[in-house]
Amino acid sequence: MKPPGTARGRALRSAIGALLVAITGASPAAQDGPEADRERMVNFFSERFPGVPLQDYVYGAMIVSADARAQYEQIMEFPPFLGDLDAGRRMWEKPFRNGRTFADCFPDGGRNVAGNHPYYDATLDKVVTFEMALNRCLEDNGEPPMRYGEREPMGVLSAYARTLSDGMPMNVQVQSEKARAKYEAGKDIYFRRMGQLNAACAGCHMHLAGRIMRMEVISPTLGHATHWPIFRAGEELMTFQGRFNRCMEQMRAAPFGYNSEQWNNLEYFLSYLSNGLPLKASVFRK
Amino acid sequence: MTRPIRMRVRLDGDVAEIRALIDHPMETGLRKDSKTGELVPLHFIRNLTVSLDGKPVLEAQWGQAIARNPYIQFRVRGAKADDEVSIEWVDNRGERGHASTKVPPAG
Repeated sequence: MKPPGTARGRALRSAIGALLVAITGASPAAQDGPEADRERMVNFFSERFPGVPLQDYVYGAMIVSADARAQYEQIMEFPPFLGDLDAGRRMWEKPFRNGRTFADCFPDGGRNVAGNHPYYDATLDKVVTFEMALNRCLEDNGEPPMRYGEREPMGVLSAYARTLSDGMPMNVQVQSEKARAKYEAGKDIYFRRMGQLNAACAGCHMHLAGRIMRMEVISPTLGHATHWPIFRAGEELMTFQGRFNRCMEQMRAAPFGYNSEQWNNLEYFLSYLSNGLPLKASVFRK
Repeated sequence: MTRPIRMRVRLDGDVAEIRALIDHPMETGLRKDSKTGELVPLHFIRNLTVSLDGKPVLEAQWGQAIARNPYIQFRVRGAKADDEVSIEWVDNRGERGHASTKVPPAG
């Protein structure tokens, strides 16, 4: 395993790894690799939040507040963003100039595919996110690609396209050595301290998960990747990578930006940790 | 341009819970277009009527303070299955919207 990064980053990461081992009591042997990381994360949170079923982590910070969860359920019965999903469906179904549609680019017409993303593409030597796959579909059919991070068309289209995979368990694969390198690069970002506040993603979303900061409950790492994009207050569409950017700003660090290699690798890492949890696209969040 | 109204009705005894989500920009007239810098003209729903079997059960006079894509939810007594719930609105430009649905059986 050769994680990129500075000696300091590696030292920090192994220190947190050691801390995790200490917390979970797992032996350091047979401890290497994505699946071991995922199991360690599951153990970490099952000790932090005893009695919370694994499947419930898709609700994020709402696992600690029955009240917030009840409000969420009520809003999701009749969510305010149905109009946006309809707009996304029209984009998804609108034929390209050559007569094909988005559905032709994906197996089974795009049903139950989002959970296989991001994946490592050996020919590109890159992690391919679901949003990148949508853009590749456009380019393969001679259409101009969409800009990442815009509400329309990319955000609204992905909001609908991901609903086609609702209920599918997250199923991200890290198989080759090179894929592993991308995964480790994402993991490095997650545990690395950055910005003026000298904070790491893991600092808040593992060790302070469920606690309150800036009047909001901090969500746990587990299940972070299952429910994007979100409609904040039912209105503001935020993608997974948009959330990364916002977190970075709050850490007073310069965000890496939409579709940057860093964010794609981080998405790869976090999505792997959510493996087995059911996808639920386009949800309400505060 | 038609603006859809999404409606859900639930019957519990003789009480119908009516929920509706109305697509409408509800412009305050104070917002500026980010590209041109011009003010976006005032555009809001002025009157809204919900009727149960032809009889008005809710009338509202709205202004530009109501948010985009307004949502209403209320309960009305004296409803029974198969009654028709209809919603009508008219905005300050004279555009109109209408939708109706039947009250489903209790359950």
